[in-house]
Amino acid sequence: MGVRGEYLASDPGTLGVPRLSVLMIRTALAYLATGFLVGALLLIHRAVPLENWLHRLVPLHIEYLLLGCLVQLALGVAFWVLPRFRSGAERGQEAPAWVAFALLNLGIQTVAIGGAAGAPSTLGLLGRCVEGLAAGAFALHAWPRMKVFRSEDRGS
Amino acid sequence: MPRVSRWFIRTALMYLVAALVLGAVMQSPLAARLPLFRVLWPTYVHLLVVGWLTQLIFGVAYWMFPRYSAERPRGSERLGWVTFALLNAGLLLRAVAEPWHALAGRGAPLLVSSALLQLLAGWVFVVNTWPRIRER
Repeated sequence: MGVRGEYLASDPGTLGVPRLSVLMIRTALAYLATGFLVGALLLIHRAVPLENWLHRLVPLHIEYLLLGCLVQLALGVAFWVLPRFRSGAERGQEAPAWVAFALLNLGIQTVAIGGAAGAPSTLGLLGRCVEGLAAGAFALHAWPRMKVFRSEDRGS
Repeated sequence: MPRVSRWFIRTALMYLVAALVLGAVMQSPLAARLPLFRVLWPTYVHLLVVGWLTQLIFGVAYWMFPRYSAERPRGSERLGWVTFALLNAGLLLRAVAEPWHALAGRGAPLLVSSALLQLLAGWVFVVNTWPRIRER
């Protein structure tokens, strides 16, 4: 069975990326670059011991790659490609999505840097709660955009 | 779909199968008797998260992210292939070197090489993808 695989817009302007998605995806790429760097240091440290404190970066490595990169990339792409509204603001209420962006990164930094610095576990808990609030805020934004299209909606 | 994306996605599917088979073997009674299976946890996790998930994302992102320009819609195709080669060379090297080092204390140069290959793969992907993410 043949599958049409061309989803790119015909020119850069027709499927442009909104500002929040640009920020989220580029932030995710920055976390990817940093997370891979920390991962490489950890792997090298296993082969050739470098500094004793490096093992404390394991939670930061995981946090940056799973939450900072993968989750944030998914949210950035979702904000960009989920169905848009025909009237009013095309992506609906953007404010909760911006709040999600801010809270997610605040939570990631709290968990990652707090963990690496040996901060009390309550700081990690606080960071996780902030990440949870970020997820809730994004869900608040995205929920109304999940809609079943009727045939007359085609093209919207 | 560009050829490099097909390679990324098909290779990702192979890693998914390999990682899940390895995960099943690691849970089996056989694994408790063989020292090799006691040191494979990091390998299993990285086959799944890097080999499957990250590689799938790289392939789909290279394919579907916005065009860079009319002449070079996906940025540098060569960098796409370089990412693919570095990531998989690094990961396969790790799959061999990490358990070897854990069991025998040898293979340190291979482990360092695998770390550098994977790091370069990630950075090359970022360099090639970054300019495609622009505001409308």
